[in-house]
Amino acid sequence: MMPAMRATLAAGFAEPVLDAQACFRAALEAMARPGRVQRVAAPPEAPPPLGGAAAALLLTLADADTPVWLDAGPEAEAWARFHAGCPIAAAPGEAAFLLAAGPMPPLASLAAGSEEEPHRSATLILQVAALAEGEGWRLSGPGIEREHRLRVEGLPPGFAADWAANQARFPQGVDLFLCAGDRLAALPRTTHLAAG
Amino acid sequence: MSDATGSEGAAPDPARRRWMGVLARASAAEIAERLAALPPPPPHRRLRAPETGLVMARGRQGGDGAPFNLGEMTVTRCSVALPDGRIGHAYVAGRDRRQAELAALLDALLQDADRRPALLAAVIEPLAAAQAARAAQQAARAAATRVQFFTMATMR
Repeated sequence: MMPAMRATLAAGFAEPVLDAQACFRAALEAMARPGRVQRVAAPPEAPPPLGGAAAALLLTLADADTPVWLDAGPEAEAWARFHAGCPIAAAPGEAAFLLAAGPMPPLASLAAGSEEEPHRSATLILQVAALAEGEGWRLSGPGIEREHRLRVEGLPPGFAADWAANQARFPQGVDLFLCAGDRLAALPRTTHLAAG
Repeated sequence: MSDATGSEGAAPDPARRRWMGVLARASAAEIAERLAALPPPPPHRRLRAPETGLVMARGRQGGDGAPFNLGEMTVTRCSVALPDGRIGHAYVAGRDRRQAELAALLDALLQDADRRPALLAAVIEPLAAAQAARAAQQAARAAATRVQFFTMATMR
């Protein structure tokens, strides 16, 4: 056994099937109603610095066919490989799912799909400091009747410009999950952001 | 299924391979009976609770031909961690969740060089002997029905 594996390996979901299904439901709701905050009811045991919602999304979405990139250290990589069975991508551009606990990788550097196959794009799971509904950005686009408001704490300063460029690439582009603790919200590539 | 140990390229440990094989062929009751004679093992934590699934068993014609899919078999797997961080894995045929958990626990305990001699003597060797005796018995029963073709040749 490798010493790094020895140190700790967190347990993952308590009920792998039911908890992953519940988390998938929350992810669907979040993507269908951009800016609405969902809660993951039963987050898995995960190594720090992974938060409950981010770890739950990774275990729910990643499998043996999806290369995953994460910046959370070898312990988290071993944990993801053990529980999700996913290959670990060497570079952000090669990954189908990315989990950023530290600095956000530039959206333009991620897989954006092609005109023929826009679904072959990356999904970025981003850990942020806090999420609050009803204040901050004004969100509009598919899934939003008039506007949803969402405040996100802990994003890099150039995020708004990065997101506008990502949105302009439609139908290509990257989808984004924002996670804080056991709460998550989503920004699909169709969502338009306006400063609040 | 995933490579759980993360040890690509590492040579498999023949001793570990042997005890994992013996445990995979033993029933839960047999393992528990022999484990009961020893001091109770430390409490373990389930990394992956016992779960049953299918794996594709593959074969090669003649042992070295092109691989083909023989069929799917039911397998139960389990991974546990001990308080000292040692991790044990088990993949056993069938649906016996308790056997998988006990086998994983023993795999973790047996990796500890201090505990290994006692466990090998009390659990693994008796199980291996019982399995060898069962195999020999079955071979003897089958041998009783063997047709001796050379008797026909000598009668001619």
